[in-house]
Amino acid sequence: MAEKLHINDRDVVVPGELLAEGLEFLPSGKAFREGEKIFASSIGLASVKGRVIKVIPLAGRYMPKKMDIVIGKITAVLAGGWSVDVNSAYLADLPLAEGTSEFIPRGADLTRFFDAGEYVYCEVTNVTETKFIKLSASRRPYRKLKGGILVQVSPVKVPRIIGKQGSMVNLIKDATATEIVVGQNGWIWVYGAPEKEALVERIIGMIEAESHKRGLTDKVKQMLAEAK
Amino acid sequence: MGGGKNKPGAPEKLIVNGKRLDGRKPDELRPLTIKAGVIPNADGSCALQLGETHILVGVYGPREVFPKHLAEQDKAYLECIYDMAAFSTTDRARPGPSRRSTEISKVIADSLRPTIFLEKYPRTKIDVYIEVTNANAGTRTAAITAASVALADAGIEMRDLVASVATGKADGHICLDLFEVEDNFGEADMPLAMMPKSKHITLLQLDGEITQEEGEKMVEMSMKAIEKIYDAQKRALKEKYA
Repeated sequence: MAEKLHINDRDVVVPGELLAEGLEFLPSGKAFREGEKIFASSIGLASVKGRVIKVIPLAGRYMPKKMDIVIGKITAVLAGGWSVDVNSAYLADLPLAEGTSEFIPRGADLTRFFDAGEYVYCEVTNVTETKFIKLSASRRPYRKLKGGILVQVSPVKVPRIIGKQGSMVNLIKDATATEIVVGQNGWIWVYGAPEKEALVERIIGMIEAESHKRGLTDKVKQMLAEAK
Repeated sequence: MGGGKNKPGAPEKLIVNGKRLDGRKPDELRPLTIKAGVIPNADGSCALQLGETHILVGVYGPREVFPKHLAEQDKAYLECIYDMAAFSTTDRARPGPSRRSTEISKVIADSLRPTIFLEKYPRTKIDVYIEVTNANAGTRTAAITAASVALADAGIEMRDLVASVATGKADGHICLDLFEVEDNFGEADMPLAMMPKSKHITLLQLDGEITQEEGEKMVEMSMKAIEKIYDAQKRALKEKYA
């Protein structure tokens, strides 16, 4: 069959939309192959890089992946660790040994390390086929997040908030003198002066609303300049 | 549905000079507007108007399953709840589930299930809440069309969208997309849902009597209309990000 591309780079595609024909092309992201054709499986932005046809999703809940860095909320203190809400359909498990690098004696009060309702900055260490999720917070920089505010965004917008090699989040951090931790699951922790925290929350809201448009960095710079 | 023209209150004719009582041609769809992303609290949503039939759909999930025993270890559980608002009909519709709404919820879930990659979301539940805010025949087909847009808007992975339309028989003529009078006093009504890409039919019901030739003609007419509905669905989803 002849190789044929049906879309352009950065087109918005919908589920079931034909992207390309021919075995030369490779589906990636939210794209799938059926016979010789490649279709989108989710609403998203198409990206064409050589033979690779990728669909970057524009919507959707967070699905945990190994090596993801996330922010979780402790929902329960169990006998052997903690149960953590990571903004997905599944509760994650933070085992006792992965909670802290400290030695925990037998019978210790686990709420000393993490109590229900507290937030933890941690890493996804394992995701099984049936989506049982293991976390770890024992190594730096993972830790309990104290104070500050939590901003929630759609997980698919996280890459835009981080920017290329962290350019966007570093720009905001430097200009507002705040500490910002961005979780892959769409939860963002901001710590700093109260008015700066509010400013960062506004900027993140703007990025989320206009994430699919170009020229975001300039808009962020403008908002930062106006606030000064 | 059905019963034909012997019912009280029936108009003398349903087709006058080749035109239907609302001025449409037999193979003409009612005006269709679809809008995606209308409910901020939902993961995905859709408002659809097909003539005087108005539908609102909210999709939540994939999320934790309640009650827990419904959870499936290898795939997501899809639940559709179809409900008619009390004010959606001329007589007040009694709120809460009924025999009819339970059946329609079931057939809608069945018609959407083949298109969703349920196996990508094990141990979760996808909730599809469908509210009919104004009913004027064809609510189940409009609900399927809207629900598939809302599912796509929620970012749930799907093989294809599902588009749906009804055909029927009024005054002995095959008509597309019946409206209330034709539905009440016509001879037959046949809702059909299809995945437009693969042309797989995911719902086919029939109420009334038709011949085999009429049936074939109705399926063909539906498939033509579904192409148009599919275009409107795609447009609605893309407009949100334009």
